[in-house]
Amino acid sequence: MATKVVMEALSPTMEEGRLVKWLKNEGDAVKAGDVLAEVETDKAVMELVARGDGVIRKRIASEGEASPVGTLLAVIATPDENIDSIVSSAGGNGAKASPNAAVAQTTETPPASPVPQTPQQSQGEASAPPQQKTAAAPAAPPAAAPAAPPAPPAAPQGDGRRPRSSPLARRLASEKGIELSQVQGSGPGGRIIKKDIETAQARPAAAQAQPAAAQAQKKEAPKRFITRDGDYQDIPLSQIRKTIARRLAESIGPVPTFYLTAEFDAEKASSLRNELKEFGDDYKISFNDIVIKAVANALSEHPEANAHWNSDHIRYFNRVHIGVAVAIEDGLITPVVFDADRKTISQISAEVKQLAGLARNRRLTPEQYTGSTFSVSNLGMFGIDQFTAIINPPEAGILAIGGVEAKPVVIDGEIQVRQRMRVTMSCDHRVIDGATGAKFLQTVKQFFENPLLLMV
Amino acid sequence: MTEVIDREDTRKTKKGMPTKRNNGASEAPADDVQFRKDLLKSMLLQRRFEERCAEAYALGKIGGFCHLYIGQEAISTGTMSLLRPDDYIVTSYRDHGQALARGMSPRSVMAELFGRVDGCSKGKGGSMHLFDKSLGFLGGHGIVGGHIPLAAGVAWAIKYRKGDQVCVCFFGEAAVNIGAFHEALNMASLWDLPAVFVIENNRYGMGTAISRATANEDVGARAAAYRMEGESVDAQDVFAVRDAMGRAIEKARKESRPTLIEMRTFRFMGHSMSDAASGTYRSKEELEESMKRDPIILLHDRMRAEGQLSDGEFAKMDEECKATCQDAWDFADASPEPPLENLYTDVLVDTTS
Amino acid sequence: MAVITYRDALTQALREELSRDDRVFLMGEEVAQYNGAYKVSKGLLDEFGPMRIVDTPITELGFAGIGVGSAMVGLRPIIEFMTWNFALLALDQVVNAAAKMLYMSGGQFPMPMVFRGPNGSALQLSAQHSQAWESWLAHIPGLKVCTPGTPADAKGLLKSAIRDDNPIVFLEGEMLYNTKGEVPEGDYTIPIGQAELKREGGDCTIVTHGKMVLVAMQVADQLAKENIKVDVVDLRTVRPIDVEAIAKSVQKTNRAVVLEEGWEICGMGAQVVDFIQRECFDDLDAPVIRVHQADAPMPYAKNLEKAAKADAPKALAAVKKVMYLG
Repeated sequence: MATKVVMEALSPTMEEGRLVKWLKNEGDAVKAGDVLAEVETDKAVMELVARGDGVIRKRIASEGEASPVGTLLAVIATPDENIDSIVSSAGGNGAKASPNAAVAQTTETPPASPVPQTPQQSQGEASAPPQQKTAAAPAAPPAAAPAAPPAPPAAPQGDGRRPRSSPLARRLASEKGIELSQVQGSGPGGRIIKKDIETAQARPAAAQAQPAAAQAQKKEAPKRFITRDGDYQDIPLSQIRKTIARRLAESIGPVPTFYLTAEFDAEKASSLRNELKEFGDDYKISFNDIVIKAVANALSEHPEANAHWNSDHIRYFNRVHIGVAVAIEDGLITPVVFDADRKTISQISAEVKQLAGLARNRRLTPEQYTGSTFSVSNLGMFGIDQFTAIINPPEAGILAIGGVEAKPVVIDGEIQVRQRMRVTMSCDHRVIDGATGAKFLQTVKQFFENPLLLMV
Repeated sequence: MTEVIDREDTRKTKKGMPTKRNNGASEAPADDVQFRKDLLKSMLLQRRFEERCAEAYALGKIGGFCHLYIGQEAISTGTMSLLRPDDYIVTSYRDHGQALARGMSPRSVMAELFGRVDGCSKGKGGSMHLFDKSLGFLGGHGIVGGHIPLAAGVAWAIKYRKGDQVCVCFFGEAAVNIGAFHEALNMASLWDLPAVFVIENNRYGMGTAISRATANEDVGARAAAYRMEGESVDAQDVFAVRDAMGRAIEKARKESRPTLIEMRTFRFMGHSMSDAASGTYRSKEELEESMKRDPIILLHDRMRAEGQLSDGEFAKMDEECKATCQDAWDFADASPEPPLENLYTDVLVDTTS
Repeated sequence: MAVITYRDALTQALREELSRDDRVFLMGEEVAQYNGAYKVSKGLLDEFGPMRIVDTPITELGFAGIGVGSAMVGLRPIIEFMTWNFALLALDQVVNAAAKMLYMSGGQFPMPMVFRGPNGSALQLSAQHSQAWESWLAHIPGLKVCTPGTPADAKGLLKSAIRDDNPIVFLEGEMLYNTKGEVPEGDYTIPIGQAELKREGGDCTIVTHGKMVLVAMQVADQLAKENIKVDVVDLRTVRPIDVEAIAKSVQKTNRAVVLEEGWEICGMGAQVVDFIQRECFDDLDAPVIRVHQADAPMPYAKNLEKAAKADAPKALAAVKKVMYLG
């Protein structure tokens, strides 16, 4: 029996994927489980495997092409099997499966609602869910008779707003043909209420309301910038850029963030690095590795900072998994050093190197970039001495690391030149309070400044 | 040793798992080859079905949460082979295997997973909420441990009506730490309810190893806290499952006493479709080691060694299971999505009594 | 018509329904030997025996679940919570099991059961024992929520609730058990979902339910002395809500005060106001005002407790405000 090779949902949020490279040619024999192609998802490059045995009879998708989940990419069959009908059905296939895939992605991107009239969206009796009794239509207030004039546009008052009036007063005024602007309101803030309409009706020649000296401020039309050719270029969003934009906007929006900045003395860390270097390349570590270890150990001492904000609860973690932001060609990704508090600095160093390599080659698997409990971002290598990082939700904090540089500092009343490094912690205030964050950062500082504590 | 084939078994044989009562004695060896083949086929059907589930999930045909039972099939097959048609089953969200073993139609289960109107719950429940009133299959429940009191309630109703049915309740080992487990077992024993509580101990509550979650890993020993019979079973061996369940079901039926059974098993897949089978919380080696004790292979090898099953017969059985699953897939795929007006149906019933 | 207490009205309803249908049983803490923490089940153990009137351990989640399980296979349990404050431990069974079973089984398993017990504040019981839960429970599709405020309504609604094939949340006023009123004898039922115009006025509408019905009646009496006549709409059931009854009154009076025992945010009153703005927008002569508990846990100290609770003076001030009199 022929097996269809289709675009599969290779990450939990994937809706379409780009076929990066075919690894099998037409005519190649394959077995279930064999890797057929590389596919770029919204997160990484993943492997697409065969789901049946046979020969690749037809490759339909070409390299570089993006297809929705469910699209037919190739056909596996026995050498003599007729696959014409499958190949010719290629058009309809993807379209049929992709809506299902979208629905499977739960809440992040609600599909265009197929629901006819949800209660919260509509008005009046049509809106009521079946189990609610609602006022029968005839009980609703009678609409203004067709002959009656339409509700008069209220004359502007001094502030340009129409006069305040209760809905009932407006309806009565309309029914009785009374101009609201001619009525003096007696309610709070001059609101015209039912009683005022009744009074006005009794005295039709009531004095006109004094129009206030209209001082509508002229607003100058804003100057428009003229665009010229070459001022900008439009770059289509890559899958990863879309994901970053959505995630980070989610962060800066609802996350009440505050920042704590501290300067760490890096003298000892610096000499530790130099000492280790003496033992050979295997022992080479970076400042960042020491930071990761310091953060990890501090988190195990301060579980209150090792937490996720899960909207209806805070999840404090007993294990420490550090996300390490890695810049890649078209964005960034945060692979995870799991249980970093239980690893040595050398282990962390090796692992970060490996993960960064995988990240740059887009070879990280979802398990390798999800599950962090706290993150670290370092831009020191770009000559940045201090910056603030955006929290990677649902985490509660991230530490932004600047570069290490020699600086004059006052120690014991004397100016000395020391290696210093500035760090800024972004805290989700829903989880971490000022003092909590400060205490944690203090512990990080203590560890970093005395890295021997991290070695024991 | 007496083995009684239930009067109503013929009906059940056509639909699902053949039943054969086990009154507590150990399994007859080679004298009932056909029955053994039926057990094997029941497990194989679950396996093939769930392999197709994984495929359908990757294609987006199945959405949401989807928890596979692969590796644990001896428990469902062994248990269902002992139950009467009028007995009851209450289970957790890892319910596909038990539903099939109880005799639910693969078509209606697959259609439910696909979210189609011909699903057993009209596409409103999904993977975690399989129900079939006609088979006493009382769900598919999604809150860990939350369904254990329900099973006690079903058993309470049996007693209230002076019936002799039994209610079997399945849950994972991680559920023994939740309050509902304790509350239900306490009352089940206090009130002498005809229930069998089955811990499917696959060693991981999602990604948390039992050793990291449970102070006393001997979860079968919890029975003592409730003055209840307890037992721990090698649940990769379908005969061992039948043996222990046979005693527990008999005890519930005859003495109206509950039993707590720990089924020691393995799940060969991830917790759900969004985690890998191995990696972050268990090693590949551990997984591979556990897969050596695949319940299907164990039974297959044993029957082959005893000359009860030829390669040809097994291949044919496998083909039949695959064909059944393909048929279920095709049926589900062709079944319409639920009409939008179904959104508001089954919220309340419009009856009083 | 006999004048009896709210408590006795409930006992009557239980007794009559237990006699009428042997699938009905009552289960909860202290309901049998002790005769009920609030004596609602007094005498029933002797009459119906220990399989029908069942004492449980202190295990709300557990026995609520036992009720759900037994309802799945055809019994008609009445689960009594000693108070709804303790029922929070059982909400998984009420919300995730009972309310959703019919839906997620595609219509296979109705839940003919009642969860009942005292709700709302009493006197100086402080934060954990003085809470009104109706807005929590009314939020859930699949439940019906009754909040009787008088002995007659207590009897009529409880009998209907026991006969209904849906899961019913039945909230009794802890402070109402000793209140008295005329109660029809025998088979008296009230349709669930039907409000009652407890007082007919015309100048202003007070929409309320449960214990606050008594407060609204007090306010109506007081205002009548000033020649202000109010409609008192007693919802009696807060899910489903009788929107028609609310609209009919507000369209007549052009103004409304919504009075409830619970807190402001997402309270029942918020829902009532929404219905009013949908149904009666062009009839309103004033913004609707809500009267509710202060936005704080219930304090113990007498003076603070008084300040926290919704009461007659607050409701009266609200009526005057929507009438532009204050």
